[in-house]
Amino acid sequence: MSRFLPWLLVVLLASVPFWMTDYYVLHIMITTCIFIIAAMSLNLLLGYTGQLSLGHVAFFGIGAYTSALLSLGFQVNVFNVPFGVTPKPVWFAMLMAVIVAGFTGWAIGKLAFRVRGAYFVIVSISFAEVVRMVAVNWVELTQGPMALNNIPALTLGTGEFELSFLRKPSFYSLALAVAVISYIIIARIVNSRAGRAMNALRENESLAMSVGIDVTRYLVIATIVSAAMAGMAGALYTHYIRIVDPDVFLFIYTVTMVIMVITGGKGTLAGPIVGGVIFGFVPEALRAMAIKPEIQWIIYGVLMILIVYFLPRGIVPAIERFWAGQKPGDDEAARSVPGALQK
Amino acid sequence: MNSSAETVLSIENVSVHFGGLIAIDGMTFDVRSGEIVGLIGPNGAGKTTAFNVITGFLRPTGGEVRYRGVPLNGLKPHEIAQLGLVRTFQRTSVFQERTVFQNVLTGLHRSGRSNLWDMLLRTRREKESERELVETAQDLLRFVGLEQRASEQAGVLPYGEQRLMGVALALAVKPSMLLLDEPVSGMNPAETARFVKLVEKIHHSGVTILLVEHDMPMVMEVCDRIVVLNYGRIIAEGTPSEIQNNPEVIRAYLGQGKKRA
Ligand SMILES: Nc1ncnc2c1ncn2[C@@H]1O[C@H](COP(=O)(O)OP(=O)(O)O)[C@@H](O)[C@H]1O
Ligand SMILES: [Mg+2]
Repeated sequence: MSRFLPWLLVVLLASVPFWMTDYYVLHIMITTCIFIIAAMSLNLLLGYTGQLSLGHVAFFGIGAYTSALLSLGFQVNVFNVPFGVTPKPVWFAMLMAVIVAGFTGWAIGKLAFRVRGAYFVIVSISFAEVVRMVAVNWVELTQGPMALNNIPALTLGTGEFELSFLRKPSFYSLALAVAVISYIIIARIVNSRAGRAMNALRENESLAMSVGIDVTRYLVIATIVSAAMAGMAGALYTHYIRIVDPDVFLFIYTVTMVIMVITGGKGTLAGPIVGGVIFGFVPEALRAMAIKPEIQWIIYGVLMILIVYFLPRGIVPAIERFWAGQKPGDDEAARSVPGALQK
Repeated sequence: MNSSAETVLSIENVSVHFGGLIAIDGMTFDVRSGEIVGLIGPNGAGKTTAFNVITGFLRPTGGEVRYRGVPLNGLKPHEIAQLGLVRTFQRTSVFQERTVFQNVLTGLHRSGRSNLWDMLLRTRREKESERELVETAQDLLRFVGLEQRASEQAGVLPYGEQRLMGVALALAVKPSMLLLDEPVSGMNPAETARFVKLVEKIHHSGVTILLVEHDMPMVMEVCDRIVVLNYGRIIAEGTPSEIQNNPEVIRAYLGQGKKRA
């Protein structure tokens, strides 16, 4: 039964464009969906390998800019050598966005995981800031703060069979499909040998090495997948909003992703989805209720603190434990020792 | 016993300095194929440090370690483990939050045959590989006697069983040589007796063993040969009976207080 529940949910979500006529709600669902993809990608690193990528928005932004630039085409001079790219089909631009972001993840991983932990946090955060500065200052390429405008929407096929993702209902379906695929990718990785290796290096690195696990290799793999997925989210964002400026690199977006992952439950598959839904919808709901922005932020902050304080491992693990506790014959020992399930 | 067997582990003139402290001073000894060798000495003698050097967790200040002719200098711990030289840890080491079964599956990492694409696409090879790992894990748990605990969280097992779990993790790597760091410390006599049986079973399956242990009756019982370390230097080497009667060994242990022996 519980095996079909997720698919039932997917079918329900997929049906939304057929009966939801309020485009504002669809808009929120699309942006939430994009954020959830980004949060899921962050969760692979933060939840499963235990590495805090505080520059995660860099991969998102690189995906956004790569896809925008390739679909618009550009002309720059690098050391007085002209270099230009003619506009490419959007599907190709998005694919390249994923590859470029993944490659960036590989480079950051190679660089940062020589010295892990706090250094990874610092390297990732500095990297995001450097990329933002490039986006602001390399005006010839990025238009700087003037933003890249008129980014084309994704269309597939031609003529009669043309499928356009310009309007909200169709774009929603696209975003949902990408989210489902991302979820499956992560689920398959974490439930495999590679996922066990990632868990092992997070829980006890020395022990992981002693059983022959190449710790750095799995950290790099996780970073590549995570970065590529964040890049895909960025590409989706670009072709949805159809304008991109250096603000996509703002630190606040990384913070939002981290909040989604931690409140939902890091290291769980459903965690980023639950956290993403809450922190994707709540701000919009508050705005819809015409509450003043300062109050909105306070409510947002209090909600976050309450969740983290009362459910330190996040909402999803708390629900899982609640359900496990309801079942008769459950492992009494694990529950009678309050610290036993905590780290 | 086995005096004609080939040398598998050779430690040559290894030294380890921690700042001014000399933890190991010019240590040289060999372990031959199929032997059970004891490495004993008072607390702080440098036994764990020796394990750390052998298994790549620590770079020696000087000297060389070879395993089956391969120099281990500069190899990473996981590379050394892949050569078949596998250790356990003195402090209990298990993946606390995982179940006993998941622990062993994790330890079987190197036995998996699937690559990343297999995992993403759930290919037949991935499914077969996982099924093999599950079977091997069940065999291993039966071998160490933890099959009843398979679904329990490793971190809440009683102490003695966590030690067994650590050994099962090491065995999962399919070692040709096993380094055990004080495996029975904290076990009661019954648990120790059971553990001795397990060590003998492991040995019979063809694994060479280097054992660090404070439990002297146990060491004397299972070891073919004993190396005695004191303040980082080897002060004696020989059969259990030779070691028991060696005046320098007796002095080292008596000098440290008898309770440590
Ligand atoms: N990482 C380290 N840094 C500094 N000193 C250490 C370190 N590891 C061990 N030592 C010191 O080296 C000596 C040998 O320690 P150890 O190998 O753990 O002894 P044993 O395992 O024989 O009890 C001790 O004096 C210990 O304090
Ligand atoms: Mg020790």
